[in-house]
Amino acid sequence: MRKIRTPYLLLLPGFAFLFTFFILPIINLAQTSTQTKIIGGDTGQYEQTLRFANYFDAFVENKEQFGRSFIYALIATLLALAISYPLAYAIAFKSGKYKNVLLVLVVAPFFTSFLLRTIAWKQILGEEGFVVPTLRTFGIISESTTLTSTSFAVVMGMTYNFLPFMTLPLFASIDRIDPRTLEASGDLYANGYTTFRKVTLPLSMPGVVAGTLLTFIPAAGDYVNAAILGSPNTKMIGNVIESRYFKIVDYPTAAALSFTLMAAILILVTVYIRKAGTEELV
Amino acid sequence: MSKKLADATIPTIPLTARFQRWFGRNLIRVYMVLAFTYLFIPVAYTFAFSFNDSGKSNLIWKGFTLDNWKNPCGAPEVCNALANSIKIGLLATIFSTILGTMIAFAIGRHKFKGRSTSNLLIFLPMATPEIVLGASLLSLFLVFKINPGFWPTVIAHVMFCISFVVVTVKARIASLDPRLEQAAMDLYANEFQTFRRVTLPLVAPGIAGAALLAFSLSFDDFIITNFNSGTVITFPKFVYTAAARGIPAQANVIGSGMFFLALAIVIAGQLINRRKAR
Repeated sequence: MRKIRTPYLLLLPGFAFLFTFFILPIINLAQTSTQTKIIGGDTGQYEQTLRFANYFDAFVENKEQFGRSFIYALIATLLALAISYPLAYAIAFKSGKYKNVLLVLVVAPFFTSFLLRTIAWKQILGEEGFVVPTLRTFGIISESTTLTSTSFAVVMGMTYNFLPFMTLPLFASIDRIDPRTLEASGDLYANGYTTFRKVTLPLSMPGVVAGTLLTFIPAAGDYVNAAILGSPNTKMIGNVIESRYFKIVDYPTAAALSFTLMAAILILVTVYIRKAGTEELV
Repeated sequence: MSKKLADATIPTIPLTARFQRWFGRNLIRVYMVLAFTYLFIPVAYTFAFSFNDSGKSNLIWKGFTLDNWKNPCGAPEVCNALANSIKIGLLATIFSTILGTMIAFAIGRHKFKGRSTSNLLIFLPMATPEIVLGASLLSLFLVFKINPGFWPTVIAHVMFCISFVVVTVKARIASLDPRLEQAAMDLYANEFQTFRRVTLPLVAPGIAGAALLAFSLSFDDFIITNFNSGTVITFPKFVYTAAARGIPAQANVIGSGMFFLALAIVIAGQLINRRKAR
């Protein structure tokens, strides 16, 4: 601490790296987003014309996929929260000496490649899997209903794939709660529900905020679940960006879409962190 | 008389009520069993189908075999892709752990101008969707006429792993008792000795955890890799492209193998920690 230069020397290499390969690319992306096709040029040749209407065109053309990305990501986040909260609570307070074992078990499935697991879901929910015939036998779904290639499958896949990002921060903040505060609440005649609402939930809010962000952000930009488990009718904005890049070689539109997605997420995140009142993450 | 008393003291509870009571008491256990079943279904599926005698397309169960496990390189593309993933993962882990740990020490141990800006710069890559990170980096490489491939992929992985390393190591540094370092100084250790003999060993588990995290993030990454790897095939990329025509069962062998390997590493780490704590 005596030397003023030490922290800057420690930061220098890492930040130089981040500046070159994170900040510069984002600036470059902004530049690309206002380019237009060179008239008479080859595929993939663009020139800077500062055409900000690219953003408008890109958004109007893909507003459906934008909407879908945010709605799917929101539903998946809420489902993951609903599944993870009781799980994290049980591991923190009800698992006794098996706490560490159970925590490892939560993360363990994610050591198998996430693509393999997503494809496994596709087979399990598919026509040859065991879920569809079972549900048909019991008459829960009709003969013509399928589970794959639906928005249900996409949202389910996203919920599953991002679950540890929700469970781990939730566990971390619930585990930090002193059980004596819960006892005190009971001693003061609060019933289980009131204790949860007035003591447990507020104390676990940092975990809820961190978990929902860590789930929502990757979910909104995801395209793998939609590509594997969905159909052309469940395309998300990630699928559009990917195909603009690789199939259509339309860099400006892809850049404009990427930038819009990033800006939308940053605005949402800022508002959300302000409302939730935790600055712990940043 | 005595029979009557016995009847009175042990009232017979109807079966449904008894079930309800058991259910009420064990609700949380029932929930945990269901949640873990949900978590493990695809893993169990992947593991089971690694024994499938399926040939090229591993979609329908065709009979049990151990051949896939005996010869995981039976589908040569799989092993090639795995080797690439491991190489990229190791390089990305080494660089991101070094750079990230240095940043974590700067932010966690020093007060300086621009500290909150530094925190923001670490947070931003985590708040940016992977597709934006991947696409923007590819645009940069294209501007500088660098072809996507092995090293661009390593650079991309280092870039998105750094933040996670910083956050993990910083948390460990924050949990250190500053009195331990003061004690070392009191015992006439100079700054460097204190760092090497006291601080570093105490932070080491955090650094090891961060390195494991970085490796698993890099190894499993698909979106950013897909943008920056060009013709280099990594394991997730192989699985994705093979998905349409069916994945060879050897991919399931490798997926399951990674699962057991990671589990073994985590358990070993826990055991070492416990022994040290004693």
